[in-house]
Amino acid sequence: MITAARQYLVFLQRSARIAFVGDWRYYTWMAVLTVITLLGLNAYAKQLVHGLVVTGMSDEVSWGVYIANFTFLVGVAAAAVMMVIPVYIYDNEELHDLVIFGELLAVAAIIMCLLFVTVDLGRPDRFWHLIPGIGQMNFPKSMLSWDVIVLNGYLLLNVHICGYLLYCRYQNRKPTKWFYIPFVFGAIIWAVSIHTVTAFLYVGLGGRPFWNASIVGPRFLASAFTAGPAIIILALQIIRSVTQYRITDKALLTLRSIVQVSMIINVFLLVCEIFKEFYSGTTHGASAKYLFFGLHGHYALVPWIWTAITFNLIAMVILVLPVSRSLRWLDVACVLSIVGIWIEKGMGLVIPGFIPTPLGAVVDYIPSLNETLVCLGIWAFGLLCYTLFLRMSVPILQGRLSQANEGLPEINDIAPTNAALSRPAAH
Amino acid sequence: MSSPEPTLHSDQPATGSTDRRSFLRSTAAFAGLSALAASLAPLRELKDFSSSEEFLQKYYKELSPEEMKKVLLRITDEVEHQYGIRPHVRDLKPMDGVEFVYALNLTRCIGCRKCVHACVAENNQSRSPEIQYIRVLKMPHGSMDVEKGNHLYDDKEVPDKGFFYMPVQCQQCKNPPCVKVCPVNATWQEKDGITVIDYDWCIGCRYCEAACPYWARRFNFTKPEIPADRLNPEMAYLGNRPRKQGVMEKCHFCIQRTRVGKYPACLEVCPVGARKFGNILDPESEISYILRTKRVFIQLKEEMGTSPRFFYYFDK
Repeated sequence: MITAARQYLVFLQRSARIAFVGDWRYYTWMAVLTVITLLGLNAYAKQLVHGLVVTGMSDEVSWGVYIANFTFLVGVAAAAVMMVIPVYIYDNEELHDLVIFGELLAVAAIIMCLLFVTVDLGRPDRFWHLIPGIGQMNFPKSMLSWDVIVLNGYLLLNVHICGYLLYCRYQNRKPTKWFYIPFVFGAIIWAVSIHTVTAFLYVGLGGRPFWNASIVGPRFLASAFTAGPAIIILALQIIRSVTQYRITDKALLTLRSIVQVSMIINVFLLVCEIFKEFYSGTTHGASAKYLFFGLHGHYALVPWIWTAITFNLIAMVILVLPVSRSLRWLDVACVLSIVGIWIEKGMGLVIPGFIPTPLGAVVDYIPSLNETLVCLGIWAFGLLCYTLFLRMSVPILQGRLSQANEGLPEINDIAPTNAALSRPAAH
Repeated sequence: MSSPEPTLHSDQPATGSTDRRSFLRSTAAFAGLSALAASLAPLRELKDFSSSEEFLQKYYKELSPEEMKKVLLRITDEVEHQYGIRPHVRDLKPMDGVEFVYALNLTRCIGCRKCVHACVAENNQSRSPEIQYIRVLKMPHGSMDVEKGNHLYDDKEVPDKGFFYMPVQCQQCKNPPCVKVCPVNATWQEKDGITVIDYDWCIGCRYCEAACPYWARRFNFTKPEIPADRLNPEMAYLGNRPRKQGVMEKCHFCIQRTRVGKYPACLEVCPVGARKFGNILDPESEISYILRTKRVFIQLKEEMGTSPRFFYYFDK
């Protein structure tokens, strides 16, 4: 027992140590992310002192880019399972080892989600009021309490799966099936639940006709399963180029078909939504009118949403055509869908729900500089976490960091070619 | 695999390279910590964010009478410290056999906004930025579509021809969406029908503000400012005691007045008698008489299923 604990501590210690080792590109990347994170922290400190008045939010538009980013990132986190399903249900070998990268992305995304919710709170010092037992959790009535449960549960599930599989690889033994397969299937269901619950957060509000529509849930899932795998496609190519980790084109093309189908469904659901909002011509379509065409001389969101729609349509066309079998075109389509869906799920979903207000006032919302810095800080911190996770897990998966080489000199390179380049400079 | 470098392992003998590396490492660590401290510098301005007593305070419904006494004393001291006036803070409970209902006569209202300002004065709302619980809509004749209403009318004289005026405030719903969505039960409906907020329990997520179909809830986006000479010292815990930055507030039917038998401030100030208030459980009350005899009265957005305790009616 004590030996096992000691071994685990050594594993953690060595993983932590390797996170501080890399070539100049790694150090530059981490330094840039750290600086942006600190800028965000500084902006958040100002917000703590002066209150949410430093944001662009108001009593009219009482949620802004914080909740918009939160919503988008829940989707990214949920989409990690789109790699798990082919592997564990259809036994796709190409993706098998890559699942870990997807799940680590989910962990980073959930961390960002939790941070975005926290910075949105007026009284973060009172977060303990949410903890069952010592606080008052309004469960099951409040969808927000559901969200707290599913997000934290999903975080734990993924941390367990990644941590366990990596540790087994480190020890060079086969993972015990019953100790992770049930969790993998749990995570699949859970992933759908985090996004559904987040959608219900909006859908449950009868006073906001733009959100109070059953299509919001399905659209959440469709857009998540587009943007999430698109991010993973890009991340895998970066991993492949900066490490020696072997990732086949076939694996990337498997993910392409997921993005392809999801994007088609997403655009179809968008058409359904637009038809419903505009054809009947009821006053309940006011938010959609504001979003797509502007209302009473206010047009703040119009350029955003048309950018999103244009990006999504171009991405869909590229994805459907055979050209997207070439990675260059696939990357273009991925970037377009990520940006398109970020706008659509963020600015395009959260903000128009508030406009016009239930009393008919039209007040625009523009994020403030301070608010934007906080967002950038959280994104940078999330990327920092993801980079660290990858920095630790790639050598383990490659077998370069393992129990067998404990006590031997540590490896300290990301890619040997670059280490070779940077070595003379170190002496 | 490239040959590993012997620099990072503790078993290795110290070399010039290790020295320089450890120097670089400690320099980097020092720079990092200084940057962290610098980025947190604004926190030095953080004053009276939350006393430990307030931080650890229990949920309103779990406070024993003795604990409540201590809480009220803490609030009294805090207000005195901040405004130089010792207030009279009470924890007023709902009365038995009372359910409050409000009715507003749309035929009479002239849109003078006196109710708006009387409310601000009575309920110790922030003057900068100004928080108002009542919003008066200037509506064109013949429409109940709030989107056609003008929130910011600035006429020299009211009423303006061709318009009617519709004041909207918390409707004290029987089925309040704001209460349902609150993740921490910081807002609830009391026995007398008033939906209240424990300002010391609210976490400021603003979910209730998104849920309210009447736009009745307000958030303290910054520290509320009230001139000391304007402070109303007659206070209630769930009512008009000064709020803190980062919490919700809204109309509570002037709990500090109505629970001791007075009318709400908005009603008293109304120059045309458009506002009526009382106990619906008492068949002899004026409010019961109005709801019994008026031919047309409406609940705003009845289709929401919120069942407001706030009615609008017409004379002719």
